[in-house]
Amino acid sequence: MEMETELGGSAGPDADPGSRSSGCSLRHFACEQNLLSRPDGSASFLQGVAEKSRERLIRNTCEAVVLGTLHPRTSITIALQIVSDAGSLLACCLNAACLALVDAGVPMRALFCGVTCALDPDGALILDPTAKQEKEARAILTFALDSTEQKLLMSTTKGLYSVAEFQQCLAAAQHASHHIFRFYRDSLQRRYSKS
Amino acid sequence: MKETPLSNCERRFLLRAIEEKKRLDGRQTYDYRNIKISFGTDYGCCIVELGKTRVLGQVSCELVSPKLNRATEGILFFNLELSQMAAPAFEPGRQSDLLVKLNRLLERCLRNSKCIDTESLCVVAGEKVWQIRVDLHLLNHDGNIIDAASIAAIVALSHFRRPDVSVQGDEITLYALEERDPVPLSIHHMPICISFAFFQQGTYLLVDPNEREERVMDGLLVIAMNKHREICTIQSSGGIMLLQDQVLRCSKIAGVKVAEITELIQKALENDKRVRKEGGKFGFAESIANQRITAFKMEKAPVDTSDVEEKAEEIIAEADPPSEAVSKPVLWTPGTAQIGEGIESSWGDLEEEEDEDEGGSDDVTILDSVKMETEDQNVGNHITDDTPIVLSDSEEDEIIILEPGENPKKTRIQANNSKQEKASSKKAIRKKKKKKAAN
Repeated sequence: MEMETELGGSAGPDADPGSRSSGCSLRHFACEQNLLSRPDGSASFLQGVAEKSRERLIRNTCEAVVLGTLHPRTSITIALQIVSDAGSLLACCLNAACLALVDAGVPMRALFCGVTCALDPDGALILDPTAKQEKEARAILTFALDSTEQKLLMSTTKGLYSVAEFQQCLAAAQHASHHIFRFYRDSLQRRYSKS
Repeated sequence: MKETPLSNCERRFLLRAIEEKKRLDGRQTYDYRNIKISFGTDYGCCIVELGKTRVLGQVSCELVSPKLNRATEGILFFNLELSQMAAPAFEPGRQSDLLVKLNRLLERCLRNSKCIDTESLCVVAGEKVWQIRVDLHLLNHDGNIIDAASIAAIVALSHFRRPDVSVQGDEITLYALEERDPVPLSIHHMPICISFAFFQQGTYLLVDPNEREERVMDGLLVIAMNKHREICTIQSSGGIMLLQDQVLRCSKIAGVKVAEITELIQKALENDKRVRKEGGKFGFAESIANQRITAFKMEKAPVDTSDVEEKAEEIIAEADPPSEAVSKPVLWTPGTAQIGEGIESSWGDLEEEEDEDEGGSDDVTILDSVKMETEDQNVGNHITDDTPIVLSDSEEDEIIILEPGENPKKTRIQANNSKQEKASSKKAIRKKKKKKAAN
């Protein structure tokens, strides 16, 4: 028996690219679910490589939350298509993967989300950086957090940073994940509620 | 994954409906599905939806040396990919036939028709030309891939802007997007493929077949035309035999359809241009319809990170110090070292089982010697019976030395003619039995 979960994940940029205040805010989000008719589930997520390593990271995160034991001898395929890249690509892929798994009805023990933090050369913390900010940053840290207790599922980092900075970024990411999970909840509620 | 086969009753149902001039989605024979074109923020990125068939088109450019036999022409490269999410049958290794067919048709339609002026892509003759690359990804397969792909390709090419270049003597200056406005490609005409599906050996015809109709069709006729009613490519596949007037009729229908679709494309391109000029919001984010229940948007949200530093410091203070760095390596023999301890084997007790798998005998070394020693095959604990384990000293025997485990209890036996056998090695037992029978 095979079950396929497929999704299109897309990273689209902020609508007004110029205005990004320093410090922390999450860019505009948009998502659409069940947009493809052939796969079992699909989602499109817009958020203001090494290809194989990214795939491995996403797979490991999904493996940690998907209840594989409920579907033995089953292959779950997640197909991600990048439509455009405007920074925070891995985090966007993770968000898209989670929403598509939800759309396909795959049982999971928690939802997960991806958040990217960048540390610019002055040491300031920027959440959800644009492509330009990522290029100029001293370090880029991407975290996958779960929805129940905002625990860390996966972290991948690039660049130079101290332990204290890592913990700070992680704490900031946990704050940001509240917003993302609320977005998930609202969009799913909109879809499934009767009103 | 294998494609779900089409059931006979579904096939009969579709064919009967077509005979009665009915289509499952309520369209007329010559009707096209709804075409929706949306653009991304970058120039050259677009998504075309033909009903539920969705194709993503992306154009990019690069400065390269030209081909040797075409020194003054730019290079065009087309690539259509059938993404795995488009249909369960599209696996990375398994789609060659359809893929080749589609790619070939697309190339003929766009390249051989000379819709793009390749001479204008030349920067320095013989040295630098633009290489334009069109990547098409099929996101959802609901029939008629070739039409959607050709529309996506031509729309993406029309939407694309390449960076401006200037040549002074030998120097080529490539201006960044911020310095000078990018330049559109010079496109002569827009060839668009129109597909006709034939049923019952050419008796019935449908325009724009969807996926179910494609499965039951006998043959397909694809006509690529532009709005000036010039045929760029025509291809008939499936082995149906068409009459001349059928083909002519199809070309007339194609002419009408192409005019409609070209108008739609122009409107979409102009819309996008206007929105960009006026400074409005553009991009895929805007094309997600707000009213759809499956779509949701959230505006920019500030995140309060004021207490982040204290929280971080707290965590660091409470955390244990990081564990010891790598332990020192232990050198067993020259060329063999060990760092750290291995984990305990989780194979557990295996000697109790009589029909144990002789796993250890797979990677054993064969040694020819008079004095042999044998050790327990698996890491388990001790042998249930104290019988020494013997291998015969005949040279015809394969002497099997089993891998030593972490097991401290090893039984060393000297070769002798004792006739005891080892419980856990069936192979050895069998061999010894054979040898004993032979002797």
